[in-house]
Amino acid sequence: MGFIQQLINGLELGNIYALMALGYTMVYGIAKMLNFAHGDIIMVGAYTLSLVMTNVGMPPIIAILASVVVCSILGVVIEKIAYKPLRNASPLTVLITAIGVSYFLQSVALLIFGSNKRKVESAITMQGISIGSLELTGVSVVTLGVTLIIMIGLTLFIKKTKLGKAMLAVSEDKGAAQLMGINVNQTISITFAIGSALAAIAGVLFVSSYGFVGPYTGALPGIKAFVAAVLGGIGSIPGAMLGGILLGIIESLSKAYISTNLADAIVFGVLIIVLLVKPSGLLGKVRMDKV
Amino acid sequence: MKKLLNKKNIISIVSAALIYILITYLVSSGILSRHYQSLLVPIGVNIILAVSLNLTVGFLGELTLGHAGFMSVGAYAGCLFTVYANLPVYIEFPIALMIGGLVAAIFGVIIGVPALRLKGDYLAIVTLAFGEIIRSVVTNLEITGGAGGLKGIEKTSNYTIVFVIALITIVMISNLVHSRHGRAICSIRDNIIASESVGINIVYHKLLAFVIAAFFAGVAGVLYGHNLGILKPSTFDFNKSIEILVIVVLGGMGNILGSIISATIITLLPEVLRGLSDYRMLIYAVVLIAMMILNTSPKFAEFKENIASKLKGKRSKGKGDGNVTIRG
Repeated sequence: MGFIQQLINGLELGNIYALMALGYTMVYGIAKMLNFAHGDIIMVGAYTLSLVMTNVGMPPIIAILASVVVCSILGVVIEKIAYKPLRNASPLTVLITAIGVSYFLQSVALLIFGSNKRKVESAITMQGISIGSLELTGVSVVTLGVTLIIMIGLTLFIKKTKLGKAMLAVSEDKGAAQLMGINVNQTISITFAIGSALAAIAGVLFVSSYGFVGPYTGALPGIKAFVAAVLGGIGSIPGAMLGGILLGIIESLSKAYISTNLADAIVFGVLIIVLLVKPSGLLGKVRMDKV
Repeated sequence: MKKLLNKKNIISIVSAALIYILITYLVSSGILSRHYQSLLVPIGVNIILAVSLNLTVGFLGELTLGHAGFMSVGAYAGCLFTVYANLPVYIEFPIALMIGGLVAAIFGVIIGVPALRLKGDYLAIVTLAFGEIIRSVVTNLEITGGAGGLKGIEKTSNYTIVFVIALITIVMISNLVHSRHGRAICSIRDNIIASESVGINIVYHKLLAFVIAAFFAGVAGVLYGHNLGILKPSTFDFNKSIEILVIVVLGGMGNILGSIISATIITLLPEVLRGLSDYRMLIYAVVLIAMMILNTSPKFAEFKENIASKLKGKRSKGKGDGNVTIRG
């Protein structure tokens, strides 16, 4: 495969990472917490898709909608039950809780579906296209298109709508936002809902290109997406997109040209180097410590 | 100078001796089944890991997610030494422990110097990344046996050795914490700007805590390897680091006794819940979430205070009751 083909593969993977990283980054920006359970929401989305498509026999589009709805509700419920009582707790407590939620989702999936991976039919039935010598599968065309639309939509949503501005305000200063009449709890819930919906879409795209889902499917992509979010500067939305895409391209190129086994190590190495040069990520804000 | 044989020290020494005698009695009389006997070494290893991680997370106040990485580096270094050096066990094993600890400490310096410039969540992700890099590299090296693992390690670890080394770890870390350096380390946790302005060398003390923690993680790794007889890179993944962190947090950050108790409970828990094997992880997850929520709820804190004051009459300083706040 040529270099351009590898680049496109990387772009496809990177876009999926970017979608997940967006969820991480939005939740981090607003709740100042690392939502380790985000990766497992991807898994839930993928399972929902497969259940609705194969067991209920609905068309793919309805299955996708169902998984978006299920994940959004799940995200909000998790936030209400597990994270809301910890609003003022130390970051470490919240982190451990998030890990607890992640274990919870994994073990529930394990109990329901067993440890065997489940085959998922691709929800995307589009034909592939070829430009010159390049072969683009239907999945990669849809992935690239969908993420582009979502990213533009999300940027517009945050910049232009009242709700989006409220999110920015809450992430900037919770107390001041509340004084301005913003319903902070509601805003946080909506952020979790949007983040989880993005995770569901990422899950759909992810299983469409890999074809299998298991209880631990979300774990490694979740960590990589987290790395992508940190790489771009956690809390920054353009940063998450950039970080995700960069990560995907680096991973795919190092798999192709350096070593398949060491690809993960290279990805993490790049993260470390970037953080050492720019300690708050590529597009992150530098915060000063005040006395 | 305080007297070396004060009341507190005597109680500690006597209780350590009693625990050892109790374990020996339980093992020799056969009350403890073979299965539970096999858990004694893992409990000791987890105690060493938890107490050492407590130094960075609880006392220094820096969140690190790469403790399993240090453990794996130490384990491979020590076990490779005993596999390739053919010395008598009583010479070989102490050297292996030292090698494991020192190699892990060297990695601690290599990783700590750049990483400790970062704070909070960024430090957490960088240590996580280092842990994963170590695991990937170990999986792909030939000398370490790759993904199949390093085989043929002598099973030297027994509960006496582990008990002694865990005891040494506990004594060294609690002495460190109560020393001048330890107070400097705690002051960094409490307020970094204030401690910098009274002239504490932040970089040195952060690195000191980090490297000592890495050293003991390496020692624990060597013990672990010589208990199982095989080392697999997949053991030392991100979940292992999380497990140690959970032990520290459940035991109470900045509380060494808490780490010891919680390491024992967390190691025994899967075995106690063996009958419910399918629901084990589920219960674990629910307990974890519930503990975290309860620990932060003010009502539960009050309840705990009440119980403690009833039990003790008067609590000495409320230090290390699991509610130490950590900077983000």
